[in-house]
Amino acid sequence: MPTIVVDVMPKAELLDPQGKAVAGALARTGRTGFSGVRIGKRFELTVDGPVDDELKANVKQIAEEILSNSVIEDVVGIHYEQSNAELAEEAVHDAAEHGDAGYVAPAGETH
Amino acid sequence: MRIGVITFPGSLDDRDAQRAVRLAGAEPVALWHGSHDLEGVDALILPGGFSYGDYLRAGAIASLSPIMTEVIDAANAGMPVLGICNGFQMLTEAHLLEGGLIRNDHGSFVCRDQVLRVENTFTDWTVEFAAGQEITIPLKNGEGGFIASDEVLDRLEGEGRVVFRYVGVNPNGSLRDIAGISNARGNVVGLMPHPEHAVEPGFGPDTAVAMRSGLDGLGLFASVVRRALVEA
Repeated sequence: MPTIVVDVMPKAELLDPQGKAVAGALARTGRTGFSGVRIGKRFELTVDGPVDDELKANVKQIAEEILSNSVIEDVVGIHYEQSNAELAEEAVHDAAEHGDAGYVAPAGETH
Repeated sequence: MRIGVITFPGSLDDRDAQRAVRLAGAEPVALWHGSHDLEGVDALILPGGFSYGDYLRAGAIASLSPIMTEVIDAANAGMPVLGICNGFQMLTEAHLLEGGLIRNDHGSFVCRDQVLRVENTFTDWTVEFAAGQEITIPLKNGEGGFIASDEVLDRLEGEGRVVFRYVGVNPNGSLRDIAGISNARGNVVGLMPHPEHAVEPGFGPDTAVAMRSGLDGLGLFASVVRRALVEA
């Protein structure tokens, strides 16, 4: 089942108070060398059907008109990826093939 | 005159707005976001609060509510519409007003009695004020920073559509100290501060005369009532 990932960021010229707060925390804890932090949003849309041109056009419209507000934000990326469930299944499959345990998720991690 | 106050999931100041309408001499009509019926009201208020928990963006999901279809049609047909705080955010998300509201530049929620200058006394919601009049009403928001492109800001200024401007303190980083704006026609007005919290003695901001005696917010509601009488 494909997952569509839409990335939205506050416009570059706008102050991002959230990012600024994180940048301040980094500096306070001695993590120097970062000149800035900006925080955006990642949307994951899952679909049952095939990813065709019609769907892609629909996603583009949704991203621009609902998921973002063009006055304050930019859509910086639309990606078509495998779902987390598929990635996990693949990892298990690979592990079985290669005879190792693969990535063992710590308790509480949900992916 | 009947003025509808729309309640959204997460609206907080809908009852205060209804009371303000009554104190201004009109009849408040409680409207529900999930309906498509404006119940024949003569004007509309989108109240403050945190509709849908401000998820996605402040006012964004509420602006897609069923009743907003009718609100947008009515606004475009000239019905007076006032958006207060979260209601202002909804009006920008619904493209009835230009610009947008972002998190306060200092990163904190702010709650204070705020001085504003009334810059346009020709809108449906400000005819009761004198040009340049300074009023004090409560302000309480976390995402009240008004922004727009320079081109839009210049147009708003040039067309006199900056209706309220912050005086003394800019509490949230709003560009050009803008606290409230209108559409070109002047029937749709949005502002971040809360006029409905300054309409009744004993509950408003402090004044030089007495504690909590400030009634400066009443003028907005009285304006739309007077406008209706003039037209009738």
